[in-house]
Amino acid sequence: MENVELLFLNIAKFIFNWLQSIGLSPLWADFVMLVIKFACIAGIVTVNILILIWLERKVSGFIQQRLGPNRLGPFGIFQTVADAIKLLTKEDIIPSRTDKFIFRTAPIFFIIISLMLYIVIPFGDGMQIVDLNIGVFYFLSVGSLATIAILMAGWGSNNKWSLLGAMRSVAQMITYEIPLAFSLLGIIMIAGSLRMSDIIAAQSNVWFILLQPIAFITYFIAATAELNRGPFDMPEAEQELTAGAYTEYTGMRWALFFLAEYTNLFAVSAIAATMFFGGWQGPFLPSWLWLPIKAYLIMMIFFWIKWTFPRIRMDHLMSFSWKVLIPISLANIILTGCGIHLFRWMGWW
Amino acid sequence: MLQTENLTVNIGPQHPSTHGGLHVEAIFNGEIIIDSKVHLGYVHRSVEKIAETRTYPQFVPYASRLDYLASHLPTIAYCQTVEKMLGVELTPRAEYIRVIMGELSRIASHMLAIGSIAIDLGATTGLIYTFRDRERIMDMFEMTSGQRLIASYARIGGISEDLPPEFFPAIKSFIKDLPKMLQEYDDLLVGNEIMQARLKGVGLLSAEDAIAYGITGPNLRATGVAYDIRKAEPYSIYDSFDFDIPIAFNGDSWDRFVLRVEEIRESGRIIEQALAGLPEGEIKTKVPRVIRPEAGKEVYHRIESAKGELGFYIVSDGSDKPYRLHVRAPSFVNLMVLPQISKGEKLQDIIANIATLDPVLGECDR
Repeated sequence: MENVELLFLNIAKFIFNWLQSIGLSPLWADFVMLVIKFACIAGIVTVNILILIWLERKVSGFIQQRLGPNRLGPFGIFQTVADAIKLLTKEDIIPSRTDKFIFRTAPIFFIIISLMLYIVIPFGDGMQIVDLNIGVFYFLSVGSLATIAILMAGWGSNNKWSLLGAMRSVAQMITYEIPLAFSLLGIIMIAGSLRMSDIIAAQSNVWFILLQPIAFITYFIAATAELNRGPFDMPEAEQELTAGAYTEYTGMRWALFFLAEYTNLFAVSAIAATMFFGGWQGPFLPSWLWLPIKAYLIMMIFFWIKWTFPRIRMDHLMSFSWKVLIPISLANIILTGCGIHLFRWMGWW
Repeated sequence: MLQTENLTVNIGPQHPSTHGGLHVEAIFNGEIIIDSKVHLGYVHRSVEKIAETRTYPQFVPYASRLDYLASHLPTIAYCQTVEKMLGVELTPRAEYIRVIMGELSRIASHMLAIGSIAIDLGATTGLIYTFRDRERIMDMFEMTSGQRLIASYARIGGISEDLPPEFFPAIKSFIKDLPKMLQEYDDLLVGNEIMQARLKGVGLLSAEDAIAYGITGPNLRATGVAYDIRKAEPYSIYDSFDFDIPIAFNGDSWDRFVLRVEEIRESGRIIEQALAGLPEGEIKTKVPRVIRPEAGKEVYHRIESAKGELGFYIVSDGSDKPYRLHVRAPSFVNLMVLPQISKGEKLQDIIANIATLDPVLGECDR
């Protein structure tokens, strides 16, 4: 059990020692380790997305009373692989009169940003690329960069639908970034730290979902909007904006956006699991299994909501955040502050 | 100096929510629609002109391609017009079967309308649910006419073939399951908070405007005018059935949406009664092999189709082909109100308005 728990850490230690034994200085060995870790993240993300897309199609099929992919491999599990190959072999069309540099860099920018989120995700006990002392802040600030990629895509495409989608994305991001940050503030106040490992340690007795249920709901709603997922998939909005900011993208460039959205989905769910559900903590199973399990369960809720609800209207979306989510999350912060003082005063904490 | 510019956007003809080949040219200020214009003609097939080169029986399949989502209704309307010209009386069984088929078409069309409203608002699952149920109607059409979508089942003087025995258990179980299906739509769509927020108070149409524009069908009844040709001017045998005309009073998209759900219920009632009273006997009346109505005869006949008042106007010159045939297509007339009801609303509302007006472009462009 101990070995299973420490499996990845031991592998890392082994590689690190081996690197030093072939004569690298500790600094260089650290650097090489970092590169290896990033490569691992990229691998995990790719495999994870293949599973996620397949899972979403299966879940949506289940919700819509159809089968979903069922031809390629058992339960159609290789369908996403086939789709990926198809997308790779498609013609890469860059429309004339686009801003070519912005058009080309937007998808790459998007996927880089979404991969950057993985740096602070604690995948298991001690399994974090960097345990930043401002982990939560890093997550929030990097997460909000994604809108720039969508804005680039929308502007660079030189398409009216794309532009509308991009503008919606910016408006939505500004509006929902605030409740997203506020919802996590309560947790930071209780844990007294922005560091992910401290927040997880603070949940060793009780998960924050029990202490901060309102925060979880506001986080979840705001995160749905941040992820551009239904019912808040404004920038994409297939039925209104054809494909919004992604209208002009084909083949692998479009696929990069698609991948980045799923990458973000997992990252946001993993952060939710870390912040509200005790992170990698859990009985019996090794810690690096608990986090994916929790994240996948949260993602199931995302799937469920997306495939049930119609899309909300843009002005309703905005007023919902300003008039409902932000006041609620502010009230939650005040409530949390009062609660902390009360607990201290009574000497319970 | 900051300044904004109005954006002219072409919604369609290549757009996911334009129900075929609709093209709406809209001027936006941000997301707000300042003005819009409906352009038609992308699926124009000159059906009216074709009619002048086809004999009367030959035109029946063309008629079913008008409103292809409720394909029995236009064929029935066309055949009834020619029968009215010739003064042919139908056998009771033929009339009953036509009513059953017509109402099934209406249910199929309304189910599709509900589903496409749902998907145009972004609720993909709603579409799949309504399609699942519509599929059973399509199967029944296949049993009776061999065709699923564009069934040319009615004939001048009756119907093409009698109902097969396997049709009866299918329709009986369908009618039995109908309340369950509607309950499911209620749970998934009608009761949905976002759905209500998206549709209520959107696309407001007053009764006066609706009448002035010549709007008919569920879109008119949603404004509070209880006008249904099945009741107002009963054709065929509709006066022998007991059914209600559901109406709503706000005239917004929500009413147009909910009304269609209610109409499915009423159509179910009519089918139930028609099945119970289905008489035995012949399905065809003798009509001349070559139909030559008297020269100079003009007939206008209208029925309540799924979209509204569907009328056929035929002028005969005594030959075996119509001299002129005109289709009064409800979708075409209904769609013309779109710019007015969408003015000052949001981009997402115009999509909802198109969906709730429920045009079928095959009928708009004849």
